[in-house]
Amino acid sequence: MNERFFREALSDWMKGGGPEPDIVISSRVRIARNIRSHPFPLLATNQQAREVQDLVRQVVAADGQQQLGEYEFLSLDQLSDLQKRVLVEKHLISPALANESRGGAVILSANEAVSIMVNEEDHLRIQCLKPGFQLKETWELANRIDDWFESRLEYAYDEKKGYLTSCPTNVGTGIRASVMMHLPALVITQQMNRILNAITQVGLAVRGIYGEGSEATGNLFQVSNQITLGQTEEEIIDNLHNVTRQLMEHERAARHKLMQESRVRLLDRISRSYGILCHAAVIDSKEAAQRLSDVRLGVDLGLIQTVSPQMLNELTVVTQPGFLQMASGEKLTPEDRDIRRAEMIRQRLNPAR
Amino acid sequence: MLCQECGKRPATLHFTKIIGGEKTEFHICESCAREKGDMIPGTPNGFSIHNLLSGLLNFESAGGAKPTPPPRCENCGLTYSQFSKLGRFGCSSCYTYFADRLDPLFRRVHGNTVHVGKVPKRTGGLLKYKRELESMKRELQLRIEREEFEAAAQLRDRIRELERNLNEA
Ligand SMILES: [Zn+2]
Ligand SMILES: [Zn+2]
Repeated sequence: MNERFFREALSDWMKGGGPEPDIVISSRVRIARNIRSHPFPLLATNQQAREVQDLVRQVVAADGQQQLGEYEFLSLDQLSDLQKRVLVEKHLISPALANESRGGAVILSANEAVSIMVNEEDHLRIQCLKPGFQLKETWELANRIDDWFESRLEYAYDEKKGYLTSCPTNVGTGIRASVMMHLPALVITQQMNRILNAITQVGLAVRGIYGEGSEATGNLFQVSNQITLGQTEEEIIDNLHNVTRQLMEHERAARHKLMQESRVRLLDRISRSYGILCHAAVIDSKEAAQRLSDVRLGVDLGLIQTVSPQMLNELTVVTQPGFLQMASGEKLTPEDRDIRRAEMIRQRLNPAR
Repeated sequence: MLCQECGKRPATLHFTKIIGGEKTEFHICESCAREKGDMIPGTPNGFSIHNLLSGLLNFESAGGAKPTPPPRCENCGLTYSQFSKLGRFGCSSCYTYFADRLDPLFRRVHGNTVHVGKVPKRTGGLLKYKRELESMKRELQLRIEREEFEAAAQLRDRIRELERNLNEA
């Protein structure tokens, strides 16, 4: 098993930057598919779930190398709880796959840009990730992988309803496209509520970064399509693409305004956050996320020049509980974690010491 | 009853959640439900889209007009009432067995009821043949009615050819 998946916080694809990296952290496309002959994971027996895993395994064994390059097929039952948690924190698998799945597996490309979940809510969840604002490219990659599976598996498909999925919210195209955006200036200038309202009007949804039920931490928002039936994939991608562009413009305008009208206050806020991160001995995850967001804004505005955006991406992941625990190699209490977190951040921000 | 989130609009979605024997009720309006997306604040474990959906489904069946025997998927055994609690299908055949009741749900969730996106290449070939065949049969009928027998005969031959291809595929 490739230990790098669990040890290193940053997937290779995160290191490359990508277009519009000051606002769009990453682009993601997920495609939900099911195999016609088998009940959906919800009702599948253990036996049936294993059969689905075997069917997928056969496809991947046949030409996974050609389609994905280097890859790894990981059955969830060979992973420890901590390893699963780390994959969740890196967004490579969902909490549902980690906690509830029977016959669950994940196929990871070596650079972690492709992760294909088996027996999550649907038999197949093909997920592709690219850094920055690359929705169209990400869709093309996911679509190609979908074509590959489709040529070897009989999908559940209906002429009128399209791809049949376990949940009625995914039926039709089965596609969920999303962009992860850093929108601190819109939050500071209190425009977020108004904008979120407008976004839901056009069939999109906004969530915190760690998925269902979590709140937006560190001003990171995930914007995704809600509608999967009655629009083509291209329309869905275009719609999200255009709204992301508009959000970017609003965020840039808000940053500009802040710099013009309250530069000193902004500099003060950013510098204080930087100072706290450099020197704190104890820090909880919520504060860390908020301070890291301030520093990221400082870097993007050229107010801080000693920190790289890549370092910030890495810190966002390594300060999550699972990662801290993995790095320390022992079980940590919440208090221990807050100390470890502060230590990790200090080490990375003050490499000289 | 007013929406407990905004306190302005009438509540149209009603949920009951029972955790460890403790019953909590939620009454919210559709616009707040949509705005909150996956999560309704104030609920300890958050509110997943499935709960929300199941609320929609229960509500529809509760306010429904005439009680007809609820359908059941003959393939996987899931009943419609189970589906409305879980918010998820058991297998692809559920879509067929519950078909009569699904379009209102799809319209609410997606604003649409018909897929217009990707067609799998494998099924896609057949689908194309089938659609072509249907339109040719309609045309054949028209030619016969107009007594254009020569054109009709040509059409009939092409239909046979297509049907042969379809059977081989
Ligand atoms: Zn309301
Ligand atoms: Zn069924």
